Amino acid sequence: MSESALTETMLDPVEDLGGAAQPLLRVDGLTKHFPIRGGLLGKSKTVRAVDDVTFSIAKGETLGIVGESGCGKSTTARLLMHLMERDAGDILYDGMQVGRALSLRELRRGMQMVFQDSYASLNPRLTIEESIAFGPKVHGMDDAVARKLARELLGKVGLRPETFANRYPHEISGGQRQRVNIARALALSPRLVILDEAVSALDKSVEAQVLNLLTDLKSEFGLTYLFISHDLNVVRYISDRVLVMYLGEVVELGPVDQVWDAPAHPYTRALLAAMPSSDPDNRTQTAPITGDPPNPIDPPPGCRFHTRCAFAEPLCSAKGPKLSAIGDSGHEAACHMAVAGSGHSRSPAVGVAA
Amino acid sequence: MTAITDSALQAAPATKARGYWATVGRRIVRDKVSIACALVLLAIFLSALLAPWLGLADPYQGSMIRRLRPIGTPNYPLGSDELGRDMLARLIYGGRLSLLIGISPVIFAFIIGTSLGIVAGYVGGKLNTAIMRTIDVFFAFPSVLLAIAISGALGAGIVNSIVSLTVVFVPQITRVAESVTTGVRNMDFVDAARASGAGALTIMRVHILGNVLGPIFVYSTGLISVSMILAAGLSFLGLGTKPPEPEWGLMLNTLRTAIYVNPWVAALPGTMIFAVSICFNLLSDGLRSAMDIRN
Repeated sequence: MSESALTETMLDPVEDLGGAAQPLLRVDGLTKHFPIRGGLLGKSKTVRAVDDVTFSIAKGETLGIVGESGCGKSTTARLLMHLMERDAGDILYDGMQVGRALSLRELRRGMQMVFQDSYASLNPRLTIEESIAFGPKVHGMDDAVARKLARELLGKVGLRPETFANRYPHEISGGQRQRVNIARALALSPRLVILDEAVSALDKSVEAQVLNLLTDLKSEFGLTYLFISHDLNVVRYISDRVLVMYLGEVVELGPVDQVWDAPAHPYTRALLAAMPSSDPDNRTQTAPITGDPPNPIDPPPGCRFHTRCAFAEPLCSAKGPKLSAIGDSGHEAACHMAVAGSGHSRSPAVGVAA
Repeated sequence: MTAITDSALQAAPATKARGYWATVGRRIVRDKVSIACALVLLAIFLSALLAPWLGLADPYQGSMIRRLRPIGTPNYPLGSDELGRDMLARLIYGGRLSLLIGISPVIFAFIIGTSLGIVAGYVGGKLNTAIMRTIDVFFAFPSVLLAIAISGALGAGIVNSIVSLTVVFVPQITRVAESVTTGVRNMDFVDAARASGAGALTIMRVHILGNVLGPIFVYSTGLISVSMILAAGLSFLGLGTKPPEPEWGLMLNTLRTAIYVNPWVAALPGTMIFAVSICFNLLSDGLRSAMDIRN
């Protein structure tokens, strides 16, 4: 790993214990329900923001999470960062349970996050240098050393320290601010960086620059990314594997090429079909699915997608499909049509690989 | 790998960045009204502070034969009061006590109220409910009544009137501080600070305080005028300073009987109270607009 490219002033990263075979992050049955109070006499309801989400991220890979607005992508990110209490589920960082083998403080060094709103995620009263140096100082780094590190990291994200270190967030552009946010995340020597719509608010040319920066930093610092976005092109570009969420649930998970070329879940198919085409001779003519996602306060029973699915059968509203493997390449989908012998008329015959 | 070099990014000139407060300072200097008010206040402050060295008459020395002289009498540029004491000297010396009991409660309340409000706003939950509902109890009483009640219970005296006015202002400042903090707490940079592993106290000190201080400060400056008037009111009622101390509120009270004999002299202490409070009010308005910087 080329971590020595930076100086010795960097904080020590959380030690790699499990080796390459151990996933860096294992999430099992992650659940978050928000109670909402009804009126005076109304019964209380719950928003099922994240419901039984299970996945893992291997060391060094980039996992993309895609889905419509409100499908629980950002809630998942905040739950992983422990910025929000989860209702159920386990989060294992390199095999270590947070709060037991790994303290929350250590986790925060090992896992960092870049937020979508580059302006709101920087303190307007602190200079850029102070913002970046804040994290290392919290973890006991000397002020002067932390500032030196901040300046070096500014260089790493392509901002000249002499120009930018003493500026305030409102004095620089959105793309520059997002570079600062990336530097701020890197200042704690994390091994996992959660990028929550980190490039979504940037215009296309700046977005491309930041994406390239992210790719470069990944190889330089040996990072693992969890890349949350609603932009399918960007996800395909940067991710190794992709996870598709719908109404708080994982509907499909697999290597990005397989999911793109052979989507197994009708929602994924619709999502991919909804991508604007850049070819004028091959315009997208009809909307693949219509309507808004159902209210997560009261998700439909059975498969949550059956209200908008073209292939819905009585089975779909009766029984929710489980995430099951398609083939042996790690491609999984939660659809009765993908499971042999599920009872759906389009499901593959038993014994035949999909 | 070398750092990403991007010509467009590197082209930006190496400007010297101006901090937030430097910008606010520049904006307030351009505001003529604020500067005029600041100068008036400065003059009043300095004269009160330097009163013994200004060559004034003794503010306690009365003269039974030279009572209630009108403004402009030789040796009495602003006339004399009901006991024949020099009004100019008494007004300037009176500024010392009046400013002290007018401003110090706001300073104390600013410190206490900001701390309470930030803690309530940042921690939230049960602690917020406990603090804010206790504060609400104080809002049930009109502030004048509350000040009189506390002062009355503690007894007359300068310290007691400062204490009672502090109690009056703490709830108001706490409420402002709490609402500003609640707004800032939900910003992403606070989450980012939490995500970097910082404790609640560090976050409140580094990330919350700097962002909420401005609005609370402006609000508190506006309270100084109220405080001056309340303090004068307490003295007027005999709950603050005691004769023969020169203090504007008390002077207003004792000269009240002379209002038909020599109205101009009787109005002078009131004029001082008015001047100081209107200047603080205008200055806080100026601060408010100077601090309202959008990007």
